[in-house]
Amino acid sequence: MGKYILKRIGYMILTLFIIATATFFLMKLMPGSPYANQAKMSAEQIKIMNQQYGLDKPVFQQYIIYLVGLLHGDFGTSFQFNNQPVSYLISSRIGPSMQIGVQAIILGTVLGILLGAIAAIRKNSWVDTVATFFAILGRSIPNFVFAVLLQFFLAFKLKIFPIALWDGFSSSILPTIALAMAPLATTARFMRTEMVDVLNSDYIELARAKGNTPWQTVAKHALRNSLIPVITIIGPMAVDLMVGSMVVENIFSIPGIGDQFVKSITTNDYPTIMGLTLLYSFMLIVVILVVDILYGFIDPRIRLSGNEGSN
Amino acid sequence: MEKILDVKDLQINFDTFAGQVKAIRNVSFHLNKGETLAIVGESGSGKSVTVRSIMGLLANNAHVDNGSIDFKGKDLLKATPRELESIRGNDISMIFQDPMTSLDPTMPIGKQVAEPLLIHGSMSKKKAMARAEEVLELVGITNAKNRMKDYPHQFSGGQRQRIVIAISIVNYPEVLIADEPTTALDVTIQAQIIDLMKELQNKIETSIIFITHDLGVVAGIADRVAVMYAGKIIEYGSVDEIFYNPQHPYTWGLLNSMPTLDTSSDRLYAIPGTPPNLLNPPAGDAFAPRNPYAMQIDYEQMPPFYKVTDTHYAATWLLDPQAPKVEPPAAIKKRQEEYHQLVAEGKIQSSVKGGAKDGE
Amino acid sequence: MADNSTDIKFNENSFKKIEKHNVDEQEKISAPSLTFFQDAVRRLKKNKAAVISFWLLALIVVFSIISIWWTPSDPNAQHVAYANLPPKIANGQIPGFTGKANVGGRIVDKYAQAKVPSGTYYVLGTDYLGRDLFSRLMKGIALSLLIGFLATLFDLVIGVPYGVVSGWKGGRVDTLMQRFIEIISSIPNLVIVILMLLLFTPGLGSIVVAMGITGWITMARLVRAETLTLKTQEYVLAARTLGESPFKIAIKHLVPNLSSTIIIQTMFSIPTAIFFEAFLSFIGIGIPAPNASLGTLLSDGQKTFRFLPYQMWYPAAAISIIMIAFNLLADGLRDAFDPKTQE
Repeated sequence: MGKYILKRIGYMILTLFIIATATFFLMKLMPGSPYANQAKMSAEQIKIMNQQYGLDKPVFQQYIIYLVGLLHGDFGTSFQFNNQPVSYLISSRIGPSMQIGVQAIILGTVLGILLGAIAAIRKNSWVDTVATFFAILGRSIPNFVFAVLLQFFLAFKLKIFPIALWDGFSSSILPTIALAMAPLATTARFMRTEMVDVLNSDYIELARAKGNTPWQTVAKHALRNSLIPVITIIGPMAVDLMVGSMVVENIFSIPGIGDQFVKSITTNDYPTIMGLTLLYSFMLIVVILVVDILYGFIDPRIRLSGNEGSN
Repeated sequence: MEKILDVKDLQINFDTFAGQVKAIRNVSFHLNKGETLAIVGESGSGKSVTVRSIMGLLANNAHVDNGSIDFKGKDLLKATPRELESIRGNDISMIFQDPMTSLDPTMPIGKQVAEPLLIHGSMSKKKAMARAEEVLELVGITNAKNRMKDYPHQFSGGQRQRIVIAISIVNYPEVLIADEPTTALDVTIQAQIIDLMKELQNKIETSIIFITHDLGVVAGIADRVAVMYAGKIIEYGSVDEIFYNPQHPYTWGLLNSMPTLDTSSDRLYAIPGTPPNLLNPPAGDAFAPRNPYAMQIDYEQMPPFYKVTDTHYAATWLLDPQAPKVEPPAAIKKRQEEYHQLVAEGKIQSSVKGGAKDGE
Repeated sequence: MADNSTDIKFNENSFKKIEKHNVDEQEKISAPSLTFFQDAVRRLKKNKAAVISFWLLALIVVFSIISIWWTPSDPNAQHVAYANLPPKIANGQIPGFTGKANVGGRIVDKYAQAKVPSGTYYVLGTDYLGRDLFSRLMKGIALSLLIGFLATLFDLVIGVPYGVVSGWKGGRVDTLMQRFIEIISSIPNLVIVILMLLLFTPGLGSIVVAMGITGWITMARLVRAETLTLKTQEYVLAARTLGESPFKIAIKHLVPNLSSTIIIQTMFSIPTAIFFEAFLSFIGIGIPAPNASLGTLLSDGQKTFRFLPYQMWYPAAAISIIMIAFNLLADGLRDAFDPKTQE
C-alpha cells in the first residue's frame, strides 16, 4: 500500500508539472494586454512595467523563474488588485470558499444518501417518484439559476437571509444550499442505483432467509455495501463544486477564490489565473488520490489484494 | 412416519407486463421427518418458486392464489411477516445456488455464520462466535479459528458453499431447503458437498428438500423424488421407483438424457422442443407437444394422478385403463426389467422408507 | 391425491395416438422475437416522462429551426424608448401579461407611459435596450441547442475513435492513451475551457472547440470500457480467428454493440454543453453581444432580477425545461437500453 501511495504521489507531481508548463505557455500566447490602462501608457512606461514584471526576459527564462518560484510557493504578482502577490490573494480568499464548499458537500452527500436509500428501498412507490423528481431537478437546473431563485425569494422577498454580504454563518446558508443541489442530486441518483443493485443480490436474499427483518437487512448488509462505491463519486462532485462556486460566490458577493477567478478572467490577470488553475488542479488531484486510498481502506476486497501486492 | 411439511394445492401467479404467468399450478407434496425429498425439473418448471413460497421469500410481483403450506400445524401462507421471520433461519433455512454471490462481500465470515444465532437466540455475541467457529469446523473449513475474520473473496467456491451451508445449519433447523446447491460448482466439489450434506443430515437430524435439474445428483442423496414440469408435479415416488420404474414420458425423457455408463450411442438424447409458455398454459398435459406418445386426450384434458404403488403416482393418460399399451424407450424398458428383477429378488422393496400412505 | 375429476369426458378418439409431431411448429408459437433495438424502443415508449420529453424537445427544435427565418421582430433591433416593458399579450387581459408593473407600490401601465401604439405588444416584454425578449428567447434557444449539438459532435468524432483504439489495441498504446486522459481530466474541465476561451476570440466556434477539447473524455472512457468487454466476446474472437480485418470487425461488430452506450452518452452531453455555454455567458466570456443565447439572456436578466424579474423568469424556465427534458429522455434511453433494468 505504501509503495502504491508513493507511486501515485509521483504521478501527481508529474501531472502538476505538466499542467504548470501548459498554463504558462498558454498564457504567453494570450491576446490582450495585462495592464489595466495600457491605452493611456506610453511605450516607455510599458517597457518599465515589463521590466518590473520580468516580461522583458526571454520566454524560456521567464518559465524557469516561474517554476523556481512555484517551488517556493510563489505564484508571482497579480497585474491587478493592487499588485498583491497571487499567493496572498489566494490565501486570504480561500477560507470562505472552503467553508461553503465543505458545508455544501456534507449537506449534499448526507441528504443524497438518505434520499437515494429511501428511494431504493421503496422502489416504484411515491417516495421513489418524489426523490427521483428532486434528483432530476437538482441535476437539470443550473446552480446559478438556483442561486438567483433562492436569493430572490428567501433573501429579497421574504428577507429571511441577507441578500449579498459575507458576514457569519447565516450568510453562508443560501450559497451552501445553492451549491449543494448538484452533489445532492448526484449522490441520490448514484445511491439509488447502487442500493437497487445490492437489494437484488443473492446475499440480501440470504440475509432475509436468516430471519432478518427488512430494516435489519438494510442496516446490516445493504447500507454498507451500497455506501462503499459512493465514495468514488466524490471526485467528480468536487469538480462540480469548483465550477459552481465561481458563479455562486459571484452572485452572493462572497470573497472567495471562485469569485476571484471570474474577476481575474475579465481583467486578463494572467498570474492570478495561472495560480488559481494550478490550485484547482492540485485540489482535484488530491481529492482523487485521497478517494482512491480511502476506497482501498474501506473495501475489504481491494484492501487485502493491495496488501498482497505490496508484500 | 411424521409429516413435517405439507404443501397442498399451491397456486402461484406472477404479474408481468405481458400478463399473468401461472408459475405454480396446483402443486401438492409433503416432506417426512428425517427424509430427503428431491424436486427435479428443468429451469422454469417452478421448483425454486415452490420452495421460496415456503420461506416467504417470493418476488414482489408474485402472489399465492390458493393452497396451504402446513408446518408443524401452522399454515405458513397465513403467517404474519414477524412469524415468518422467526421461522426463517431458525426452523427452516435455505442454501442458495451460487456461493460466489450469496455471501456478503464486506462482512467477515465468522460474523455471517453467527448472525442467525444472534437474530433468533438470546446468545451472547462471544458464545455465538464460538458456536460459529464450531459449525465452520463441522462443515470442513480447516483452521476455522483463524479464518473467522476473513472475507468471502478469500475462499474458493467450494469453501464458500461450505460456509453457506454452515450459515443454514447453525441453528439446527428442522427443514433445510437446498436450491441447486451444487449447480455452480465443479463436479469433484459437487460430490464433496453432497457427501457433506448427507453427513450433516445424520448429525443434526434435519429434513431436506433438495432442488435440482440434475438427476445424477438426486440418486446419491434423495429418499423420494418429485418430478416437476411446467408448474406441476407430474410424477413422484421413491428414488428407486422413479429411477427404475418411471411412468411419465417426461420422466423417461429426463432419464434418457442422463449419461450412464452403458450409454452406447455417442450422442446424448435431448427432449425435443421447449416448455410451454405459462402465460397461457395448455388445457391438457403440458408435455403433450413434446411427447412422442401423446394422444388426443393429452391435448384436451389434464391427466389425474394414477397410482402405481402406495408411494408412486404419475399424472399421465398412458396409465388410464382405456389407453393403449405403449412400449417405453429401450433404455427405460431395460431399467424397468432390472427393477422387476430386483424386486423379485427382494433387493428392493417396492415401498422404501418414507413411503407413507399417500392416496388420501 | 389421485383426484379423478368427475367432469372428464372421453370420446372414441381420446386415446388415439397423435402420429405426427411438429416440434418446429410448436416453437414458432412463442411471441414474435424482437431485435434489441425494437425491444429498447418498446421499453422507451412505456416510459411516459421520456416520451413527453421527446415530443417537447422535438417541438423546441422545430421552433428553433423556424427562428432561423422568422421571429416576431428583429431580436437585435434596439428601441430604447420601449426599454424594460413588461410582458403583454393582446389586450392585456391575461394575469402576468397585462403590460402593467408595480413601481414604488403603484400599478403603472408601462405601455401607456412609453407611448407604445395600442396594436403593439411584447409577449415576453423587452430588455434594457428595448429588444423584444420573445424573439431573443427563440434565437437564444436555437443558439444554445446548436452549441449543444456541435459540442456533442466533437465528442463523437474524437471520443469514439479514441476509446475504440485504446480499448482494442490494449497494452502500451492503451496505457499511454489512458495516461493522457488522466492528465487532462485532472484539470477541472471548466478551467481548460476558460483558458481556451481566453486564447481564442469569443464566439460560437471557439466555445464549441473549447468544450470539445475536454468533452470527449467521458465518451472515450465509456467506449473504451465497452470495447474492452466486447473484445473478449466469443463472436469477436471468432471474427478475429477467421482473419477479418480490424476495421471490418469494428464496423460489423463493435459499432452496433457500442451504439447504445454512444446514444445514451450523447443524450447526456447535449445538456452538459448547454449548461456550459450558459455558465460561460453568465460569467461574461461566452457568446459576445449583441447575439442572444440562453446564457446571455440569463446573465442580462440576473442583473435586474430584483426589479424586473420577468427578464430572468423566461430564460430560466426555458433552460430548466430543456435540461430536464434532455435528462429525462437520457434516463429513459439508458433504462431502455440497459438490460440490467429489464423487469
